[in-house]
Amino acid sequence: MSEQMEPVLAAAEPVAEPSNSRLRAVFGPVGRFCGARSRELKETTSGGARKFGMVFALLALIIFFQWRAPGGVLTSSNAQTMILGNSFILVMTMGMVMVIIAGHIDLSVGSVAATVGTLVALATHESTAVISGWGWPRWAGVLLGLAIGLSIGALQGFLVAYVGIPGFITTLAGMMIWRGVGMWILAANGSNIPVPYEMRFLGGGHLPDIWSRSVFNLNGTTLILGVLGITLVVLGEFRKRATAKRLEGKAPLLWISATRTGIFVAVIGYLTWLFGSGRAGTGFPVPGVIILVLAAIYWFITTKTINGRNVYAVGGNKHAAALSGVNIKRTNFLVMMNMSLLASVAAIIFVSRSWRTGLADGTGWELDVIASVFIGGAAVSGGVGTVIGSLIGGMVMVVLNNGLILMGVGTAQTNIIKGVVLIAAVAFDVYNKVQGRPSLIGKMIDGLRPKKGDEATLLDKAAPVA
Amino acid sequence: MTHPILEMRSITKTFPGVIALEDVNFTVKQGEIHAICGENGAGKSTLMKVLSGVHPHGSYTGEIIYRGEPVSFNTIRQSEEAGIVIIHQELALIPELSVAENIFLGNEQKGAFGIDWTAAHEKARELTRMVGLDADTRTPIKNLGVGQQQLVEIARALAKNVELLILDEPTAALNEDDSALLLDLLRDLRAKGLTCVIISHKLNEIMAISDQITVIRDGLCIETMNVNAGDVSEDRIIAAMVGRSLDSRFPPHTPNIGEVFFEVEGWTVEHPEIPGRLVAKGSSFNVRRGEIVGFAGIMGAGRTELARSIFGRTYGRYLGGTIYIDGEEVKLPSVPAAIKHKISYVPEDRKVYGLNLLDDIQTTVVSADWKKVKEHGALSNSAIHEAGEAARSALGIKAHSVSVNVATLSGGNQQKTLLGKWLFPEPELLIVDEPTRGIDVGAKYEIYGLINELADAGKGVVVISSELPELIGLCDRIYTICEGAVTGVVARGETDQEQLMRLMTGVETHGAFTQTTISTESNEGR
Repeated sequence: MSEQMEPVLAAAEPVAEPSNSRLRAVFGPVGRFCGARSRELKETTSGGARKFGMVFALLALIIFFQWRAPGGVLTSSNAQTMILGNSFILVMTMGMVMVIIAGHIDLSVGSVAATVGTLVALATHESTAVISGWGWPRWAGVLLGLAIGLSIGALQGFLVAYVGIPGFITTLAGMMIWRGVGMWILAANGSNIPVPYEMRFLGGGHLPDIWSRSVFNLNGTTLILGVLGITLVVLGEFRKRATAKRLEGKAPLLWISATRTGIFVAVIGYLTWLFGSGRAGTGFPVPGVIILVLAAIYWFITTKTINGRNVYAVGGNKHAAALSGVNIKRTNFLVMMNMSLLASVAAIIFVSRSWRTGLADGTGWELDVIASVFIGGAAVSGGVGTVIGSLIGGMVMVVLNNGLILMGVGTAQTNIIKGVVLIAAVAFDVYNKVQGRPSLIGKMIDGLRPKKGDEATLLDKAAPVA
Repeated sequence: MTHPILEMRSITKTFPGVIALEDVNFTVKQGEIHAICGENGAGKSTLMKVLSGVHPHGSYTGEIIYRGEPVSFNTIRQSEEAGIVIIHQELALIPELSVAENIFLGNEQKGAFGIDWTAAHEKARELTRMVGLDADTRTPIKNLGVGQQQLVEIARALAKNVELLILDEPTAALNEDDSALLLDLLRDLRAKGLTCVIISHKLNEIMAISDQITVIRDGLCIETMNVNAGDVSEDRIIAAMVGRSLDSRFPPHTPNIGEVFFEVEGWTVEHPEIPGRLVAKGSSFNVRRGEIVGFAGIMGAGRTELARSIFGRTYGRYLGGTIYIDGEEVKLPSVPAAIKHKISYVPEDRKVYGLNLLDDIQTTVVSADWKKVKEHGALSNSAIHEAGEAARSALGIKAHSVSVNVATLSGGNQQKTLLGKWLFPEPELLIVDEPTRGIDVGAKYEIYGLINELADAGKGVVVISSELPELIGLCDRIYTICEGAVTGVVARGETDQEQLMRLMTGVETHGAFTQTTISTESNEGR
């Protein structure tokens, strides 16, 4: 706060004593104690109750499948398969969480991906008797795919933000339209367009070896990535302690910092070994790297930029956001456009890995993506959700899919189980939030979300004054 | 008339870590209007929730004697069956349904084949006549004003054969006229034998209507005063509520007024949805440095609309008018432009227009001016934290940390946080819209103090309020607005509530404003 304002504020010391000082005198020590405890806990977990819960749910799932699934989920090749086979879903969760935070939904992602994938394949394929390909270079094909995603997103974003058609309707229509467009183009080209083998690197490639695996069986580039990750975690912890010291006069307790850092270092170290020690020529998958890069970008956007914070403001209370100078239409436009852009990234990764495009590409993707975001802690009413949480939610879905396949559970049962998990995850949160009952986590992490009554009031009164 | 209809004996209710009510005794006599006063969080609502079964029997200690018999309600339905009905501050009506449908919601008039709508409307007409509601029973609730909606709530309670009616802040959202009508209705109902318990912050109304007043503070029953005995005054009630004597409800203030720096001329704005209807009709006003200017008007007169249309054109369609800051014409086509020109607007109804209830204190404080917490191109958590801490200590926001969610704060602390948000861009002109609605006396006093401090620092402050005593006590000058037109301006100490009321209703115009067109389409205001 600048000097200009200080005299005003400094002079405005509280005039009245706290009216409940008697209560404070009685309950002060207890209150302080509880407060301190919950703050410590927050420091170790630094996240909402559901995200916190979801990390444990993910761990529990992994342990369960490691125990029950033949061969276990934690093998190098299976871990690589999990990432390779599901990276497109994880990419899209990062866009979907922003759409959902802003209070919308996007049902069209699978169909947009199908259209984009088909056009990328068509553009990069040589012209043949059956396939009227354009013979573009691969990089041009990728750029075309991204441009198409951006254009579709701009169109849908325009309809949602500036015309005012609800996102649900716009993208329901988009789901039909882009599915149709993709099928039409594909059908005119023999229903099956191969993608150049060289593009496989993007969707199915691994980080390269830099030394002979017969000398030391660990993928070199994966090791470098792991070391980089550990360095960032350690540096980040030091920075966090320094900031806390500056702001609050004391750093978090040393054991908390050490434990937290230790856990992260151990996890990254283990993952490095897990992904790096497989067959020669395999390592951490390239699409996994794409996800990490995108996660860093979108984490930054949602937490460290004004445009990102505006998404939360619009979803939390759009009246207040409008009166605070947030350009609501532009924000809605951007989140919808960004979603289709990420759908095109997902499409490129997907067709690169599968070598070809087919009529069923992208079918049902939106359901997995939306489920991941809600499992990851977003709220249907908007305003709540995180990129990291959604990725964890996505990993829950991925591990579930993978583990059930390993156990030989059929598609029918897998669908049922996934639905039950979605309901359970959201019910867990609703129970904690609405009832305000003394549950383990909800009690310890106080005051994270408003009570339901407030939200209801907000909705009731949302009509403009006139 | 003197035997009690309700006795609550030694009620103690605890929540984890807090005693909400401690050994409270509360007795209501048959056929009286009994007011409960207390600051926010004092325990008034908890007491009523214990009575109505929201907090079920067994979750509190003590006993409730109703009509001579001990009762133990576990649900609201049980207490309603016994004739105890609560009308909450936030009305529980469904906007899309009709008056009759709302009156009988959950209490439907069943005929031989489903709901008997003929009977329902007939009964509803009778009830609306009884409460003085002049509206067709088929009108959707959303087409009624707040005052009329309040009457529907009372009709709904009467439909349930209410014996003890509890009203939580019934006049908080009403203008003076509607409030007066409601109070008259309550007197009528009392004459017909209905017993009322009324929770209110408006002491003048309480004084006017109640037979007895019980003051609750910090979960304790402080005293019950008999109004008819004659020795009850507003000051005595306030003293009991806050636990000390407040010399006055307004902190002492010697204005130090400078030059005119903010001027609006001929401001004309059209309603956003109804073409041709003007919400501001060539309005002109000015604000001087160090001055507190009030806007008085009945609800729907266009005070908020005027303020918001000036603040970045966030309301209606701009048709004409000029804004001058320090003599220079400026255009404020957007909120960022208004903020850039050092104008802040603290909206009414903080939960709807002011706060994102999902945010914590620090995020709320910086949310109107994120640019100030940017470091090296990224938002800085430590800058946000520091801004939050500065606001917390300067405004006296009571919370154990600035990462506490604003939804969990009391009304007064929410209002202070909202003020902090709009002081953060360092405004020269601060427009505050209903700054003390629904907050307790102590917090009001703090907000008044803050407004005075801002004026002393040379800022201009515009206060929009529906509480005339507040405007008279706080402002150096008051503009009156009636149906979109400025009808008068009066200086501190030169006016009283009656004159303001005449100006606000267009019965009288004042000073230079006699030329201002007074609307002839007076029925268009809502």
